[in-house]
Amino acid sequence: MQVTRSSPASRAAAVIGLLIVIGLVAAPWWAGRADLRLMGEIFLYVSLATLWNLLAGYAGLVSVGQQAYVGFGGYAFFALTMLAGIPILLALPLAAVAGALVAIPVATLIFRLRGAYFAIGTWVVAEVFRLIAAQTPALGGGSGASLSADIVKTLADSRDLREAIAFWLALGVMILTVGAAFLILRSRRGLALTAIRDNELAARSLGIDIWRTKFFVYVVTAGMTSLVGGLIFLQKLRISPDAAFSANDWTAFVIFIVVIGGIGTLEGPILGTLIFFALRETMAELGTIYLIALGVVAIAVMLKAPTGLWGLIRARTGAELFPLSRRVTGLAPMSRK
Amino acid sequence: MEWVNAVLQGTLLGGLYALFAAGLSLIFGVMRLVNIAHGDLIVLAAYLGLTIAVGLGIHPLLALAIVVPVMAALGYALQRGILNRTMGDDILPPLLVTFGLSVIIQNALLMGFSADPQKLQAGDLETASLTAGGLTIGVLPFLMFATSVAVIGGLQWMFYHTALGRAFRATSDRQDVAQLMGLNRAHVFGLAMALSLAVTGIAGVFLGIRTSFDPSIGGSRLIFGFEAVIIGGLGNLWGTLAGGVIIGIAQAVGGQIHPSLQLLAGHIVFLVILAVRPRGLFPKMEG
Repeated sequence: MQVTRSSPASRAAAVIGLLIVIGLVAAPWWAGRADLRLMGEIFLYVSLATLWNLLAGYAGLVSVGQQAYVGFGGYAFFALTMLAGIPILLALPLAAVAGALVAIPVATLIFRLRGAYFAIGTWVVAEVFRLIAAQTPALGGGSGASLSADIVKTLADSRDLREAIAFWLALGVMILTVGAAFLILRSRRGLALTAIRDNELAARSLGIDIWRTKFFVYVVTAGMTSLVGGLIFLQKLRISPDAAFSANDWTAFVIFIVVIGGIGTLEGPILGTLIFFALRETMAELGTIYLIALGVVAIAVMLKAPTGLWGLIRARTGAELFPLSRRVTGLAPMSRK
Repeated sequence: MEWVNAVLQGTLLGGLYALFAAGLSLIFGVMRLVNIAHGDLIVLAAYLGLTIAVGLGIHPLLALAIVVPVMAALGYALQRGILNRTMGDDILPPLLVTFGLSVIIQNALLMGFSADPQKLQAGDLETASLTAGGLTIGVLPFLMFATSVAVIGGLQWMFYHTALGRAFRATSDRQDVAQLMGLNRAHVFGLAMALSLAVTGIAGVFLGIRTSFDPSIGGSRLIFGFEAVIIGGLGNLWGTLAGGVIIGIAQAVGGQIHPSLQLLAGHIVFLVILAVRPRGLFPKMEG
């Protein structure tokens, strides 16, 4: 008898996943400019969804204010490149570090709120960030700022190469976030997280420091969300308080993606993002109706199938593409009476 | 003198915030539910008031006679039809479902009424004022504050002196035992949400008379209400009124220092109180 984490499905998924990544790295040679942009956007949404899922689905920290860090990351990136003259490729990781540092006092404060009140507390923080950004004249105040052409050209001289680099950065950040989430969940801390998710009281009685575990996840997530934010506004080249701290774009969509795809699984956010973009590309002209439909579907999923689409698939087939749970193999079959 | 005036105006504005907050405080007290769509329901009530006042050609305050019962009925239906299915130990389902509702209401209003700002016309009431000792008090803000005190006083009386209040308190203390004693939990929850949205109806109409509104402003109204609830202390209705007044004064004084500081000042006071008194100023129950 032995206990393993991998399964034929997860080994196949690893091979196919690797092939897909190789194909994607080569995308600037086979895809058009519009397709590259769309794929880049998909990668960034997979990252945001994975990060929100890590917070809400695993650490039980339901945040409706992650736009605080998307916007902070974007503004930090603009400030570092425009005001401090730091090269783009260095400014991105620095924006991530700044996001994590800001998250430390924020977490200390809003962790005093329990459950649902924590959620609204995160929203207050996002509002405060937005109001501060709107009152910073150096970054354009309420009307925002554009990344100057001189700075953009330091990335690469030709436009094609710039687009390719932005695409690779988005791909890299997606692999980084999904990989980090996977590694965190497989680590000792991930085990603690899963225990907290399943039963907080029991986890505490086993000696898990709940506050510290959640704090760690919150700060790491904030840093990585800031990184994604920096990249989002590198692609947009323009930032304004309303776009940077948009609750719809960076939180509502992300929550719907995770709920529909399957909360509390690593596969769910990826599946959810693919569905979200497939719907958006076909229903985009419907505008507000599209958002209403998304809300209705998310409520229906939450009521009827709270584990989302991937949860349904897993319940039917037992498939797990990211090997996280342990399974026992090699047991002698039980004798029947 | 202008500072005294700012504090006075802020206090009266706080009455409106307490009205935003009272419904939130009530449902949290009875069933530990935090309704993220609360702000959008306030805006919905304002649009309902607008439709009725314009459609029937009546004063917005008279429209309350229709808005309040309609909102109450909506609350009961919402609770029995959808929200009761999400009630349990897990906080995720109610949070995400009310979040979904918030997005749906906001976009439905956007489709129905467009993003143009609207306002409820209350005629002379909007500009009428009383002057005393160099201070001027608008009749409308005063009316809002008095209504807020009356609503909170009424809820308080209902909680401690009526059979319905007893049912609310019993369900709040122990849901399962209340059920054993013959209270239908689903119905009690429905009534709590009906009452919450009835208050929301009043809040929405006053909001619409006081300022212009559009479908997107619900979120910040939820935040003001939420801040009032937390500052006042969970489960304490008079505390909620005090919390609303504190937010109102902070905004008015902040706005007096510099107009752009108005909203930020309110949030900062909230965060400072959260840092020094995490359970609020007058807590009655555990979060």
